[in-house]
Amino acid sequence: MKVGESVRRPDGQAKVHGSFVYSSDLHVDGMLWGATVRSPHPHARILSIEAAAARAMPGVHAVLTHADVPGEKLYGLEIADQPVLAIDEVNYWGEAVALVAADHPEQARRAAAAVKVEYEVLPPVTRAEDGRVLRHVKIRHGDQSAHAEVVVRGDYEIGMQDQAPLGPESGLAIPDGAGGVDLHIATQWLHVDQQQLASILALPREKVRLTMAGIGGAFGSREDLSMQAHACLLAIRTGSPVKIAYSRPESFVGHVHRHPGTLVYEHGADRDGKLVYVKARILLDGGAYASSSTAVIANATCFSCGPYLMPNATIDGIVVYTNNPPCGAMRGFGSVQNCYAHEAQMDKLAAALGMDPVELRIKNALKTGDRLITGQIIDGPVPVAELLRRVRAFPEPAGDGLMPGGYSNTTHGEGVKRGVGYAAGFKNIGYSEGFDDYSTARVRLFVHEGRPRVEVHSAAAEVGQGVVMVQAQIAGSVLGVNDVVVLNADTGVGSAGSSSASRQTYITGGAVQAAAEAVRARVIELGESELGGELPVGNEAALATLLGDAVIEETREFRPRATHHLDPETGQSDAHMQFAFAAHRAIVDVDTELGLVKVVELTTAQDVGKAINPLAVEGQLEGGAAQGLGLAVMEEIQLKDGVIRNASFTDYLLPTMLDMPPVKMDILELGDPNSPYGLKGVGEPPTISSGPAIVAAIRAATGREIDRVPVRPHDLTL
Amino acid sequence: MQFFQPATWVEALETKAAHPEAVPIAGGTDVMVELNLDHNRPPAFIDLTRIGELTEWGMEDGLLRVGAGVTYTRLVDELGDRLPALAIASRTVGSPQIRNRGTVGGNLGTASPAGDALPPLLACDAQVELASTSGARRVPVREFFTGPKRNAMKKDELIAAYWVASAPGPQQFAKVGTRNAMVIAVCSFALALDPTRRIAGTGIGSAGPTPLRATEADEFIAGELDWANHTRPSEATLARFGELVAAAAKPIDDVRGTADYRRHALAVMARRCLSWCWN
Amino acid sequence: MVLELRIETTVNGGRRVVEDVWEGESLLHVLRERFGLYGSKNACEQGECGSCSVYLDGALVCACLVLGGQANGRSVVTVEGLDGDRVQQSFVEAGAVQCGFCTPGLVVATHDLLHRVPHPTEEQIREALAGNVCRCTGYAKIIDAVNLAARR
Repeated sequence: MKVGESVRRPDGQAKVHGSFVYSSDLHVDGMLWGATVRSPHPHARILSIEAAAARAMPGVHAVLTHADVPGEKLYGLEIADQPVLAIDEVNYWGEAVALVAADHPEQARRAAAAVKVEYEVLPPVTRAEDGRVLRHVKIRHGDQSAHAEVVVRGDYEIGMQDQAPLGPESGLAIPDGAGGVDLHIATQWLHVDQQQLASILALPREKVRLTMAGIGGAFGSREDLSMQAHACLLAIRTGSPVKIAYSRPESFVGHVHRHPGTLVYEHGADRDGKLVYVKARILLDGGAYASSSTAVIANATCFSCGPYLMPNATIDGIVVYTNNPPCGAMRGFGSVQNCYAHEAQMDKLAAALGMDPVELRIKNALKTGDRLITGQIIDGPVPVAELLRRVRAFPEPAGDGLMPGGYSNTTHGEGVKRGVGYAAGFKNIGYSEGFDDYSTARVRLFVHEGRPRVEVHSAAAEVGQGVVMVQAQIAGSVLGVNDVVVLNADTGVGSAGSSSASRQTYITGGAVQAAAEAVRARVIELGESELGGELPVGNEAALATLLGDAVIEETREFRPRATHHLDPETGQSDAHMQFAFAAHRAIVDVDTELGLVKVVELTTAQDVGKAINPLAVEGQLEGGAAQGLGLAVMEEIQLKDGVIRNASFTDYLLPTMLDMPPVKMDILELGDPNSPYGLKGVGEPPTISSGPAIVAAIRAATGREIDRVPVRPHDLTL
Repeated sequence: MQFFQPATWVEALETKAAHPEAVPIAGGTDVMVELNLDHNRPPAFIDLTRIGELTEWGMEDGLLRVGAGVTYTRLVDELGDRLPALAIASRTVGSPQIRNRGTVGGNLGTASPAGDALPPLLACDAQVELASTSGARRVPVREFFTGPKRNAMKKDELIAAYWVASAPGPQQFAKVGTRNAMVIAVCSFALALDPTRRIAGTGIGSAGPTPLRATEADEFIAGELDWANHTRPSEATLARFGELVAAAAKPIDDVRGTADYRRHALAVMARRCLSWCWN
Repeated sequence: MVLELRIETTVNGGRRVVEDVWEGESLLHVLRERFGLYGSKNACEQGECGSCSVYLDGALVCACLVLGGQANGRSVVTVEGLDGDRVQQSFVEAGAVQCGFCTPGLVVATHDLLHRVPHPTEEQIREALAGNVCRCTGYAKIIDAVNLAARR
């Protein structure tokens, strides 16, 4: 149980046997099922809600509207602008309007269908260009009138991606009979849910207790509230436990999505390929409510130039409100959209200069001590050039695999061309812009069945990434104990912050390390008084003897170094705490006549600082790349006049095993001097540059300019 | 909602006659989606999975008679040599889980233009055997589809089987989807050649309100192919065949693709399928 | 809506009876909410993800696409019925489990594959498991797990 070992997941056995309890598996006797009445219009005024017929239906226990929300009627991660239940207006298709609780899910569905809502349909704002500005981030770096000998321009469009975690939103709220409620929920951040719920329910926080239920993936989709408040409202009203479990179509309207965007770039370089300036305008569609849009646009803007030294930059990042589905967090968080643009620009520039695209990138690659376009001096290892060299150095595979089209028999080789593409990307790890980033961990050491046992308790969300395992490894390493139990996350311990921003191993890992070290210090003290200074750490028998009946418990908060607000006019600031880098090479076969793509191989190199669990790191690099592949060639929420046309897994396509190629990887452990064990956040960089590398490879195979993702067959043929 | 589980074919037909609004269910791959996602609440279901004869196939009167309940997995395993286009199409249906349950009878009943089995049945000029308490009748597949998700069945009828010739010549099927597995067709194409009778059959999927046949293309290529000496058709002939197939399609723009792309892709698939059949 | 269907079936070798079921309940719903076998997962309920893969009379199927009543008199084996199988151990050891929501379905589908093809090639693995969507792993470790199980 040590840092650096590929320790197996403690929840693995339960997960392979089907006994791991996910939020949708929760059940208690007498439980009611909740259902949600949703808006069929992207924008409308609510004239009336008639619920009497629904209330009278068999098995129905309650029908609630906004009038039944006892506390704050609006909530939100950054700005409280989203109604718990629509009040007098609906602003996106699928917005929650009313709630039903009934004995059987079918009764709840029928009753929900029987709630009559009279709408006055209003024209929706569905083009980001027409949207109301939510945040405009400006970066004015260096010479604002810089000129260059070689200039390339491009307009890029990014489709709306869904996190599509396999476990739909679900949870169980149990009233405590004393006005409070216990919510068992799959969420990325228990405490921010609790804070919002307390305000909505008009209850003190201690009366809204949250316990983590098994999470079926997250990827950003569980940062905002979905059904949490709804289940609690129904439970408190009915006095019965209430479960809400979304169907897949409902899940598509039940959580935020990755922002779609249009990005207009102009790059200037000198004849030798040294970058001179960038001018860019990034417009993201935030949809109906703010969610985390204000932070996403900051990222999109701050990292708009990619991991390259850019002496002069004029960047305008704008996120707007529309009547499209709300957008917010998804793996990569603003750095995915811009990577498509800056990497396409780098390839265009290389072509204009007659340079090799990898050489152009290496020539301009960021290095330690360089100044970012936000003015921040970047410290720690910055191995951008090295990552590119490494992915380039991998041998290229032969072409003996499956043809584009798979088993659909579309080609026997006709029209198939191969292409190779490269991309690099980077982003911040942890929260930025002065947000108080911290986590809390409690570590207990005691003797259990004759052996020392360590219990670790934090509120960190195990979304699949393995933070349960990482916490055990860190505590085990510090205390030299093999029997480490990580307790289920709940609000009985302080906040861990969210499992997002690739931060949890760093921040909660840091808190566990600090708490374990505090326990260790007390063991040493105890050893000094009992054993005259001898430290039994590493010797379990001696440690057990020393401890006897003693229970040593310490709780610690951990904070990484502070960050600062962006200057509103220039965007200059030390706004970020840590940076992570990755590079990808993609090899694709394209049926150029049918426009079908088979990604043959992905190769990546990433600096992870220190691999706390190498097997888990590989899993992040492979899984993150698969989500990058998805956006590149198939995943898009398609909207028409604000309405989602493909809210199902039949038409929102996720990569299957026949779509995702093997990932060859080179994992660097260069050690960040500022972080616990030198680690860097790992989860997001694989999703950033993988897709742009695939698109670059498709461009190379087809000779076509591709300025939009996902790339569709008709984009490659007509 | 009622659930009927007839044990015999006669009982199934009687149930359908008594409950004409009841929805027959076999593999459930279409019906259950409608039910689970709350798109449809039929008054009753008739489970056809207890009726053994629906899962049988054999030769009768010189034709293959395949029970409506034979799964795609069994089509691939047992009839791949006799019905190659249908077998290729069957392999593209969903996943192993879907192919273990899904049936051609269900594809015919749903009559979606995207039903993967339907273009091969059109190309092979199959017949659908419909039955009711008043007897059985055969309807050519080419007359079976009457509109989007509509077919020639009467309210009291169930699909018993389909009749199709064991392949007298080469057959091909190709399907375009935007991922490499588990995909509903953006468009698909089937081709069956009969060198003895010197005729060609085509079927187009997902490019019109119903599965379609490209009649002009059939006639054109039947006349152009060098049936006697088997020389390779010219590029111009292949291209013309592709054009005629594309011209027979009546596609729309939808969430899976554009009308223009569908016509383009059909022309490409038609050319390729013909060249594969002939080589 | 009436709850009057009776379903009698064999699940993981034991006889199970449930009464007063709504006729529209899928086998998946019956397994989960009536029999308390929550191992089969409800990720899409339209046969697109494979998370509810079970055996029905020995055939690998999506439980969401079987109407509850259709399972009458049939034999169902769920992930819970494969306890102690080599496939499960291989998934843990190979790192094929992250969030794990797809895992039960993949365990059953892999069990079926190895029963039919004891030593599958990578292409065979990919075709056989293409109906089991995983959103976390990118599949590489799942293929490793299948190979590991095949070697055992």
